[in-house]
Amino acid sequence: MAEVRYEAASRIYPGTEIPAVNSLDLDIADGELLVLVGPSGSGKSTALRMLAGLEHVNEGSVYINDVDVTLKPPQDRDIAMVFQNYALYPSMTVGENMGFALKQAKVPKHERATRVAEAARILGLEPYLDRKPKNLSGGQRQRVAMGRAIVRNPQVFLMDEPLSNLDAKLRVQTRTELADLQARLGVTTVYVTHDQVEAMTMGHRVAVLDGGILQQVDRPRTLYSEPVNRFVAGFIGSPAMNLLDVKRTDGTLSISGQPLEFDPAMASAINASHGSSMSVGVRPEHLTLQSTGIAGEVTVVEELGSESYVHVLTQHQGSDQILVVRDQGETQTTRGDQVHVGVHGALHVFAEDGERIRT
Amino acid sequence: MASLTRNPFTRAPKSEPILGQNRIVAHFLAFLTWIIGLLFFFPLFWLVLNGFKEESVANASPVLFFDPTLDRFSEVTESNSGLLSFTEAFGNSFWIVLISTVLVMVLAVPAAYALAIRPMRMWRDVLFFFISTKFLPIVGAIMPLWIIARDLDLLGTRTVLVILYTAMNLPLAVWMLRSFFAEVPKELIEAAQIDGCSLMGQIRQVILPIVAPGLAATALLCVIFAWNEFFLAVQLNPTGASTIPVWVNSQQKFQGQFLAGLSAASVLATLPVVIAGWVAQKRMIRGLAMGAIK
Repeated sequence: MAEVRYEAASRIYPGTEIPAVNSLDLDIADGELLVLVGPSGSGKSTALRMLAGLEHVNEGSVYINDVDVTLKPPQDRDIAMVFQNYALYPSMTVGENMGFALKQAKVPKHERATRVAEAARILGLEPYLDRKPKNLSGGQRQRVAMGRAIVRNPQVFLMDEPLSNLDAKLRVQTRTELADLQARLGVTTVYVTHDQVEAMTMGHRVAVLDGGILQQVDRPRTLYSEPVNRFVAGFIGSPAMNLLDVKRTDGTLSISGQPLEFDPAMASAINASHGSSMSVGVRPEHLTLQSTGIAGEVTVVEELGSESYVHVLTQHQGSDQILVVRDQGETQTTRGDQVHVGVHGALHVFAEDGERIRT
Repeated sequence: MASLTRNPFTRAPKSEPILGQNRIVAHFLAFLTWIIGLLFFFPLFWLVLNGFKEESVANASPVLFFDPTLDRFSEVTESNSGLLSFTEAFGNSFWIVLISTVLVMVLAVPAAYALAIRPMRMWRDVLFFFISTKFLPIVGAIMPLWIIARDLDLLGTRTVLVILYTAMNLPLAVWMLRSFFAEVPKELIEAAQIDGCSLMGQIRQVILPIVAPGLAATALLCVIFAWNEFFLAVQLNPTGASTIPVWVNSQQKFQGQFLAGLSAASVLATLPVVIAGWVAQKRMIRGLAMGAIK
């Protein structure tokens, strides 16, 4: 049972001037699975390692359960961590690996054995307890790393890209198992990934970082439907949102000469904002192929079975612009077709500084 | 099922065929390797042969066939004419090598840990300083060493050799161990920290089992260097408390023939190192190769 709180926590690596994590404020509720996501170099791993005590906090503080742990060494924080490469002790068996932390804590041998057996049962590792890590597959190693964490029954689980060394199919399977396990155990978990699909599917809330700065932390649905800025809009969603730079002329915004329609509240919000360059974002599912609208030529068709993504090359403000359009069912278009694209549904408008324009 | 369908007469080739135009070069290099190997082996081979000969045969021009005898071995081990008998020298060498190697390892492991895993500022300079102590020819330092040893009443003692062999092997051991320690994945140490392991626990329970081959390789090299060391031993401790190389040297006589006896003594001096090397061979090669990556 633990809450985690970052208070204006910063990490500046020696010899650099730009903080890897810049004044991070983040509250993580008890039992929550919070995902830290961002491109490489965004500071997500650093933020996790600050919570682990593996990285020095230069400014601000980190709290676990209202206890200031900023200056505590990792072993005094009652946390367990799953590493990307699992970091299993090669000289120990699976059972010894899982029981290692308990042994350090001087837990009696029989209790240790019981708890290791219990964790092995949950993870289906019982047949492998006497094996060395080198004789396990990638997926089994990942489970042992998980087992090593859950045996301890810690305050917080920290997971640093724990699935990125698995192949695609196993990754998807393990993803759901892990989310289920976390929900059953109810242990507060901070999960780092660069994969936004993993973030969206697993996280109760997702924190998006870029350049060491927290951009937005919200439930996945909110993150998807109301990104606070251009970066989040482009980062979350696959395929990515279509983002276009637009100039405001005569108070209207248009794509390829087609004026965009907004409800009155939005229109007045746009009018109220300063600057003449803005950007407009529209997700592929809010674009359709139709007989009128933005004219263009199909360059790529990505067939996914239930749907397809059609890349349409259009002219926008005098330069080439690709629009990705979702086409439901079996698409009838092929490369080279001349098509028209219509806009239906949510448009995201971002001001010159990249911030979302809200009504 | 695969075992049933497999042709029992098919064998794996002894070596992979060499493809392409480099074939001739490759065969030539293999041939050259053999020649060089034999050139290195030959003096040792001759030494061993001589050890089994009569003095008169050993000193005459070489013959291919002779009556082998173990007399030279018993002569050199039983002779008590010099200042140092074989058993004394062997015992001295054993203890000096053992204690100095243990000391080296005990001192080098924490140093290597510090340099590899928690490097302080200017760690490269520290490392360079360690190895720079090996730049000085030992003969250039023998005077001060002798005077210090004399003033400390250490001349002619085993202690002086233990101290000097420890000092002599320490830089090498720190260098080797540092490169082994540097190969230990950082995450393993972090995982151990999070698991609540103390500093000593991290070294003992996590790092040392991983670098065990490297430890073995390092210790073996220290043993070999200490066992073979002659110059310091003959200068600072040439008498009853001295080591095997000094004993071998004492088998040279000022009159009469001694080539076969000296050969037998040399074989005896070499044997322990050869056996140790042979036993540790597999680990040592792994250890040396492991260190070579970084």
